Amino acid sequence: MPKLIIDGTEIEVQAGTTVFQACQQAGVEVPHFCFHERLAIAGNCRMCLVELEKAPKPIASCAYPTADGMVIKTNTPMVEKARKGVMEFLLINHPLDCPICDQGGECDLQDEAMAYGKDRSRYEENRRAVTDKYMGPLVKTTMTRCIHCTRCVRFITDVAGVEELGATGRGENMEITTYVEKALTSELSGNIIDLCPVGALTSKPYEFKARSWELKKTESIDVFDALGTNICINTRGPEVMRILPRLNEDINEEWMADKARFAYDGLKRQRLDRPYIRQNGKLKECSWDAALEFVATKIETAKPNEMAAIAGDLCDVESMFALKELMQSLDVQNIDCRQDAAFIPLETRAHYLFNTSIAGIEKADVCLVIGANLRWEAPLLNARLRKTYLQSKLKVGMIGEELDLTYPYSQIGTGPEAIDSLLNNTHPFAALLKNAKNPMIIIGSALMTRADAPALFQKIQQLIDTFGIIRDDWNGYNLLHKAASRVGGLDIGFVPNKSAMNTEQIIEAAQKGSLKLLYLLGADEIHLKPHQNCCVIYQGHHGDIGAQIADVILPGAAYSEKSGTYTNIEGRVQRSEMALFPPHLAKEDWKIIRAISGAIGKALPYNSIEELRYQLVEKYPHFGHIDQLGQDKWQKIDIASSSKISDKPFLNVIQNYYMTDVISRASLTMAKCTKDILNIQEQHENKRVANA
Amino acid sequence: MLQDKDRIFQNLYGLHDWRIKAAQSRGAWVGTKDLILKGRDWIIDEMKKSGLRGRGGAGFPTGMKWSFMPKTEGPKPHYLVVNADESEPGTCKDRDILRHDPHLLLEGCLLAGFAMGAHTAYIYIRGEFYNEASNVAQAIQEAYANNMIGKNACGSGWDFDIRLHRGAGAYICGEETALLESLEGNKGQPRMKPPFPAGVGLYGCPTTINNVETIASAPDILKRGGAWFSSMGRPNNVGTKLFCISGHVNKPCNVEEEMGIPLKELIEKHAGGVRGGWDNLLAIIPGGSSVPLIPKSICDTVLMDFDALREVKSGLGTAGVIVMDKSTDLIKAIARLSKFYKHESCGQCTPCREGTGWMWRVMERMVKGNARLEEIDELLEVTTQVEGHTICALGDAAAWPIQGLMRHFRYVVEDRIKNAGSKAA
Repeated sequence: MPKLIIDGTEIEVQAGTTVFQACQQAGVEVPHFCFHERLAIAGNCRMCLVELEKAPKPIASCAYPTADGMVIKTNTPMVEKARKGVMEFLLINHPLDCPICDQGGECDLQDEAMAYGKDRSRYEENRRAVTDKYMGPLVKTTMTRCIHCTRCVRFITDVAGVEELGATGRGENMEITTYVEKALTSELSGNIIDLCPVGALTSKPYEFKARSWELKKTESIDVFDALGTNICINTRGPEVMRILPRLNEDINEEWMADKARFAYDGLKRQRLDRPYIRQNGKLKECSWDAALEFVATKIETAKPNEMAAIAGDLCDVESMFALKELMQSLDVQNIDCRQDAAFIPLETRAHYLFNTSIAGIEKADVCLVIGANLRWEAPLLNARLRKTYLQSKLKVGMIGEELDLTYPYSQIGTGPEAIDSLLNNTHPFAALLKNAKNPMIIIGSALMTRADAPALFQKIQQLIDTFGIIRDDWNGYNLLHKAASRVGGLDIGFVPNKSAMNTEQIIEAAQKGSLKLLYLLGADEIHLKPHQNCCVIYQGHHGDIGAQIADVILPGAAYSEKSGTYTNIEGRVQRSEMALFPPHLAKEDWKIIRAISGAIGKALPYNSIEELRYQLVEKYPHFGHIDQLGQDKWQKIDIASSSKISDKPFLNVIQNYYMTDVISRASLTMAKCTKDILNIQEQHENKRVANA
Repeated sequence: MLQDKDRIFQNLYGLHDWRIKAAQSRGAWVGTKDLILKGRDWIIDEMKKSGLRGRGGAGFPTGMKWSFMPKTEGPKPHYLVVNADESEPGTCKDRDILRHDPHLLLEGCLLAGFAMGAHTAYIYIRGEFYNEASNVAQAIQEAYANNMIGKNACGSGWDFDIRLHRGAGAYICGEETALLESLEGNKGQPRMKPPFPAGVGLYGCPTTINNVETIASAPDILKRGGAWFSSMGRPNNVGTKLFCISGHVNKPCNVEEEMGIPLKELIEKHAGGVRGGWDNLLAIIPGGSSVPLIPKSICDTVLMDFDALREVKSGLGTAGVIVMDKSTDLIKAIARLSKFYKHESCGQCTPCREGTGWMWRVMERMVKGNARLEEIDELLEVTTQVEGHTICALGDAAAWPIQGLMRHFRYVVEDRIKNAGSKAA
């Protein structure tokens, strides 16, 4: 543990600490641009120069390792001169366009210039002008503002793992570029906007929209995948202006996936902002009273086994809990939160969680992925795997469709036969798994949604036994859900009991007409043509597939418009705050369900969200442990299944990363991404219409 | 004056054949095995005794540099890298070694490589040196064919490979860590130090980077003994050195001379004197373009070695002596150098990327006198803002020529500005 003196104060730091970090620990602020604690050290901005006693020149503190007995000074004339000099150099070719720059107000260069800048420029030559680069529909460039810190290059190369950004040219002609005019293909590209310390890279959808200081910031949880990325929703008045990531070391570090960051314009389009009732085949606007009365009549005329409810992918736990209680009060058992009809073992909580935890991936040394497109189902999880690959050479094996994971992996096979090749040790990856210290397997939706999933889970249990995936001190069994509501729904038991109908059977019954009432809580990823006898109640926030088939529409709130609880894949319970009100007549979802319960005379026993949460915690105590990981006991997956395993390959469930749900489908930005990044144009639209 | 018997580079002018047979007749590859059998410590010790300082410009003691390599080979291999990216304006010494005496270099590689526990040497040669690369490549083939290198090199029991790599002609790749980056296939940008290459170098392995002349001198030093080498020159500045004399002299040339020879003697004896006589001399850049120039008054007496030139606030650098007589527009000459450094700055770190362009533009205006007098001090301040604040020494190299100009010839710049002003008026 080296001891050093920083500005006269002695401090002891951990071995391997840089001088910069030591200064931070000592509470001494060191200005910097290129340094970022999650990126490789570049040491090129020279802003963090400090004086090291006996060294002839100032040293770049971000790159300099600490050693015992060092004497560091950060407040001497030498340091002052060095920093002012660097600042002057940075400013000579930086345009003075702060008033029209989107970075204004949250610009590192602006801030540091207040401390180290001069009030006028001595530079009398022409300023450099740099051609702007095209980086796709998300990242806007104003390259004249670039200070060449290379944070973006290091992020895209190291963290995102696509070598699509780099510097060409030398000296003052050096330019950050995508080499060829091409959109960045990473799902994490938006992070370079946050990383850019100046206004060179800004958000294209947010261009000239707002100033950072006029935005209201609300802490929330992302719902576009099941990771529970911590986000901060920036609003102005009734509008979401942008969404930024929040720091959470256990989940998203400080990154965020592009869909979560940019799909927010979908929140303003295709909204259901008032109730509708279908009359003569056409949806007609109506009042809440009329809608509730309509729903109540339908409920009262149906028998319990003629009713069913399906909860969608974006639901909060509170609304699912209320709906479940409503259904229970009616003695309805046909409820399911798995609208993709996935088979998920449910004997214990550990069966459906990502047990290794996201941060725990870094302890793994071998990882087997079965039936998941990690880049599209959970971009940040994939980034974590890549990080682990870079840090400790994590070995990844894949069973499923081949794709570019941004790190090397061995393709074991595409279908269930590959699992056998591991079990009977005919594939070399089996030896890796066998000898692994901390092996983990990730099971994706492509496996869970297959008809032969129960039999496949028997195979998974065999894998667990053969390769020691689960020990007392290590659980390497992980289900990767792609719906934000999934784990929460499973936690509260939003699933049919043994004799009741699951999603598949519910849909079949609805089509046959044996079902009289189908309650869709934000469930849009189901494809059915309901029988005329079946009344479909759609409660949700977007006019999408669910609304198209609805007989009555109850307008709900999107994730930004309610305070909700979400459980992420790890089983971590997180809570979001309401950033803005639901539009027009739309209401928070639990309130709608509470109102229905009142209308049918079986009022649910809570009048506020706090009362609801109190009951939720009463019944499911782990919902009281916000932000914590539970300790869930493992038990063998014991499924009696005689179904035959098909030899079909595992097919990825997501066809288009940028359009997976009602919000992203309504987003213009996501449509542009689909077109410009994935080059998917008409076919996708056609397919979707055909499916509907 | 250096006696013929003390010359290391006997075929500097290419008067003889450079191939292996002829090189052997001049002493190359003779007794190499015996030197290796004397052991690693002996070689390093002898190099330390010889007092040889790196010939690439910085003048770091070679024996000490070699001793920084880990004593025993760990899991990572050791590498020797020879810097043959000779690009310093005014310098052309390595070129003559590469094309006329490549076997001296190869023998040096083997000895140096053995001394630092390296089984592989990379020679990074400047892209523009086409014929030189061709000769070195052929020499390497000859050395392999004669078992001088390869498995059991020279029968010493030491396996040694030499690889030649041609650069693409960037000045910055002569900086040792930028050279490593380029050799690895990356953009040629200097690395941060520490870690130093002796710990983390090529492909993250312990690496020593030496100049061509340094390595090529090693065999003779070891054969004749460190004491022989250190008997020449002045204390701390010993041995022989190749000087490259160019510019306004009657016979520009490369010459091997004793360290510490008076500059005037060097030019008069070997380069046929300054054009128009010694009194026509204006200034000399004594060590390649990056060191500050010195005016005639200093040139009269200064000795050509590291310490003497440092005392007069210049440097020996690569010993590329650029002579400028009174016909020279000094401001224009230095502005040209500024343009060179602006062009060759890698662009990685701020002071150099932004500063070199700034300095060059101001210099260009000063050539025409289109500046204010205060700008001279401003320019000097800019040079100090660059100097010492960059990752590598290119920032310093860009700053020094201007500092040298202003130190000794400020009045010329001032006159130019004043005259331009009066003309305009």
